[in-house]
Amino acid sequence: MREMRGVDFRTPTIGADSVEHRARLLDLWETAPGLKGLLGTTDHKVIGIRYIVTAFVFLACGGIEALIMRLQLAGPNHTLLTPQQYDQLFSTHGMTMIFLYASPILSGFSNYLWPLLLGSRDMAFPRLNAFSYWIYLASGIFLYVGFLSGNGPNDGWFNYVPYASRDYNPGLNEDFYSLGMVFLGISVTAGAANFIVTAFRTRAPGMSIDRIPILVWGTLTASAANLVVIPAVSLAFFLLWMDRQFGTHFYDSANNGQPLLWQHLFWIFGHPWVYAIVLPAMGMVSDGLPVFCRRPLVGYSLVALSTVATMILGFGVWVHHMFATGLPGLGLSFFSAASIVIVVPSAVAVFAWLATLWLGRPVITTAFLFFASMILLFVIGGVSGFMTASVPVDWQLTDTYFVVAHLHYVLIGINVFPVVGATYFWFPKMTGKFLDEKLGRWNFWTMFLGFNLAFLPMHITGLLGMPRRVYTYADGMGWDTLNMIISVGSFVFAVGVLLLFINVFKSLRSGAAAPANPWDAPTLEWSVPSPPPPYNFAVIPTVVSRHPLWDGRLSESGIVSAVDRGMLLDQGKETIATSPMDASPEMIMEMPEDTPAPFVLTVGISILFVGLLLKVWPLAIAGAVVSALSILVWLWPRRELREREAAHG
Amino acid sequence: MAEVVAPPAQAVAVSGDLPVGPVGRRGNGYWGVGTLVATEGALFAYLLFAYYYIGATAPAGWVSETHPPLELALPNTILLLLSSVVAWIGETGVLRRNRARALIGFGGAFLMGLGFAIVQGLEWHAKPFVLGDSSYASLYFVTTGFHMAHVLIGLAVLAALFGWTLLDYFSPRRQLAVSAGVIYWHFVDIVWLCVFTTYYVTPYLGFGT
Repeated sequence: MREMRGVDFRTPTIGADSVEHRARLLDLWETAPGLKGLLGTTDHKVIGIRYIVTAFVFLACGGIEALIMRLQLAGPNHTLLTPQQYDQLFSTHGMTMIFLYASPILSGFSNYLWPLLLGSRDMAFPRLNAFSYWIYLASGIFLYVGFLSGNGPNDGWFNYVPYASRDYNPGLNEDFYSLGMVFLGISVTAGAANFIVTAFRTRAPGMSIDRIPILVWGTLTASAANLVVIPAVSLAFFLLWMDRQFGTHFYDSANNGQPLLWQHLFWIFGHPWVYAIVLPAMGMVSDGLPVFCRRPLVGYSLVALSTVATMILGFGVWVHHMFATGLPGLGLSFFSAASIVIVVPSAVAVFAWLATLWLGRPVITTAFLFFASMILLFVIGGVSGFMTASVPVDWQLTDTYFVVAHLHYVLIGINVFPVVGATYFWFPKMTGKFLDEKLGRWNFWTMFLGFNLAFLPMHITGLLGMPRRVYTYADGMGWDTLNMIISVGSFVFAVGVLLLFINVFKSLRSGAAAPANPWDAPTLEWSVPSPPPPYNFAVIPTVVSRHPLWDGRLSESGIVSAVDRGMLLDQGKETIATSPMDASPEMIMEMPEDTPAPFVLTVGISILFVGLLLKVWPLAIAGAVVSALSILVWLWPRRELREREAAHG
Repeated sequence: MAEVVAPPAQAVAVSGDLPVGPVGRRGNGYWGVGTLVATEGALFAYLLFAYYYIGATAPAGWVSETHPPLELALPNTILLLLSSVVAWIGETGVLRRNRARALIGFGGAFLMGLGFAIVQGLEWHAKPFVLGDSSYASLYFVTTGFHMAHVLIGLAVLAALFGWTLLDYFSPRRQLAVSAGVIYWHFVDIVWLCVFTTYYVTPYLGFGT
C-alpha cells in the first residue's frame, strides 16, 4: 500500500474560512465567461435556474392555452375554437403542465438547492446535470415545434389507443408526441440517477440519513420512482410509434394486440409520476413552513417515512385510472383498497404541518401564506381523490369535470402553490434580492381566490354530469353560470401568476438586498452568501443535527454544527464524498471542469429524433454517430479526475 | 469519522488519509452504472410484461411457434453467458496488473458478443414470420431488437475497455471504468436469459399455445 500514498491519498486539511482561500476556490470553480461558459457550464446553480426559468416559460404557455379554452367554455355553443383545435389545446395544455412544467420546476429547485442543502460543492455528476437540462430544453422545443406547426398531441395527455393509432389519427401529431416523450424521458432518467447518487454520496460529514431536509427525501423518493417507471412510458410511446410507422400490432386488437396494454404501461408510470411531481413540493412545505413557525418540523421521522411509504404504495394504485375499462372486480377491489390506504401517509404529512403551525409562533409572510394555503388545497384535492378511489363513485364521476377539479387541486394545490412559496422563500438566496412583500400579498390572494373560484365549481359541474374534454356544450343543462364563474376565476388566477412574474422582474431590478440568512432559517444553504459563490462552501461544513444553523439555540449537548471551519479542499476542483448512511468522509471527489460534451450530445440526440420523426435515415444515423462520439469523449478516462493512471511511456 | 470538539463546542469532522478520486470500485461512477442497470432492467421488465399480458389476454394459439427451434438459440445463449465469464477474467487481469490477460478477456468477450449478434441475426432471418405479421411477431422482434441494441452498446463498451487497456490506462487502483463496463456487460447477458426464457422456454411449458 505504500506506493499508494501521495497524490492518490491525502488527509484533507482543516482550516478556517479566509479571503485568500475564497479567492483560490473562485479561481478553481468559476465558470468561464462567454459562449464557452454558456454551453459548457456544469454549475448546479446555473443549471437549476435555467430549469426554473424554462419551466416557468412552459407554465405561461400552458396557462395561455388554458385561458383560450376557458374563453371557449365560458358560455354554451361558443365557436371560438373548432373541435380539432380544442383537442390539440387541451392535450398540449396537459402535456405542457405535467411534463414540461410540474416535474422540471421541481428538478430546477432541487438542482439549485441540493448541494447547498447537503453541504456540498456540486451534484455527484455535474456533466450529467447539464445534459439533463439540455435534453429537457431540446425535447420541449421538439414538442412545441409539433404544436406550433399544427401537429400537437390531440388525444389527451394520456393519449389512449386506438384514438392515437394511425387509422384514426393519420397526421404527425402523435409521432411528435411519441418521440418527444421518449426524448424527454432521457432527461428525467438522467436527472433521477444524479439525484439518487448525490443524496447518498455527497452529504456534508455528519449529515446522517436522519438529518437530511425533507425536500431531499421528497426528490430522492421521486427520483427512485422515476428511475424505474420512466421506462414504462418511454416504452409505451415507442411501441405506439412502432405501431403507427412500422405496422406492428402491440395495441391493435384486430391482430391480437391489446389496447389496454397502453393504459397499463401509461399508468404504471403515470401514477407514481403524480407523486413524483408532488412529493418534492411537499418537501418544500415541510422545510419552509417550520422556518416561519419558528420551530423545527413536528414529526420529522414520520414525515420522512411517510414520504417513502406514499411512493411504495403509489406503485400499486395505477389501476384506479382504469376502473371503467371492464377489468375483473377482484383486481379493482385490490387497487381501490390500495388507493384508499395511501391516504394514511398523506395524512401524516398534513397533521405534521398542522402540529407545526399549532405549536409554533407563525410569522406571516407571502411564502408562509403559499405554504400554509397548500395544506388546505391538499386536503380538498386529497378528499376528492379519496372519493374516486372508491370504484362505484369513480364509475359515476370518471370522465366528468369532477376529475378535472380533483387533478387541478392536486397539481396546482400541491405543486404550483408550494413552488410559488418556494420562489418567495429562496429567491433571496438565488439572487441576493427580496421579492416585494406587498406585491406578494396581492400575488397570493389573487392566485388563491382565483384558483378556488375557477376550480371549486368544477366539482359541481362534474356532479351535474358535465363531461371533460368537450369543446362546447348545449345551453339549458344548468352548467352555464358555473362555467362563466370558472372562466372568470381562471383569468383572476392568471392575473395572480402574472403578478408573480412582475414581482420577479421588479425585484431583480430594484428589490431590497438580502443577507445570507434573511429568514433566520436553520439549514445549510442559509450559511452561504446570497447569491452563493460558484464553490458554494468555502469550507466543508460539519453537521450535528437537522437544523445546523439553530444548534446554538437548540443543541442540548452544547455541541454545534461547524460552518466556518472544516475541510478546505482547495488543491483542485474538489468536494467530499461521504458514506450513504452515516455521512463519514470516504473520498475526495475530483469534480469535472466545464465541458461542451453534454451540449454536443444533446445536439446529436436532437438530430437523431428529427431523423426518426421524418424517417430520414441518413439524418438519424448522423445524429447517432455524433451522439456516440460525444459519449466517447465524455467518458474517456481522465487523469485529472483520477480515472486512470498517468500515461505510460 | 472522528469528531473533534473545538473550543466554541463546534464539531468539525476530521479524517485520516482519504482516496483522491475513485479507487477500485469505490467511486460515484459505480453507483451511476448501478442506476443505469436499474432503469434498463425496468425497461426489460416492461417489455416482458407486455409479452405476458398480451399473451394472457389473447386467444389460445397466440404464440406463432409452439416449439421455437433451439438449435441456434441455445448454444448462442451459452456463448453469451460464457462471454460474461471471459469479460470477468479480463477485469481480474486489470486487478492483477496482467495486461495480456486483460486484453484477452476484453477482446475475447467482444468476439463472443459479436458472434452472438451474428447468430442472432441468422436466427431473425430464419423465423417464419416478420415484424408486422402478428402481435406475437411484433413482440418477438422488438424485444430481441431492444436486446440487440444493448449488445451493440455493450460491444462498444468492451471495445473501449480493450483500447484503453492497450493504452495502459488502468491499474488496480484506477480501474472504475473497467468494473463499470464489465457490470454493464453482465447485465446485458443476464437480461438475455430472461428474454430467452420468455420467448424460447415458456412456449414449451404451454404459455400462449
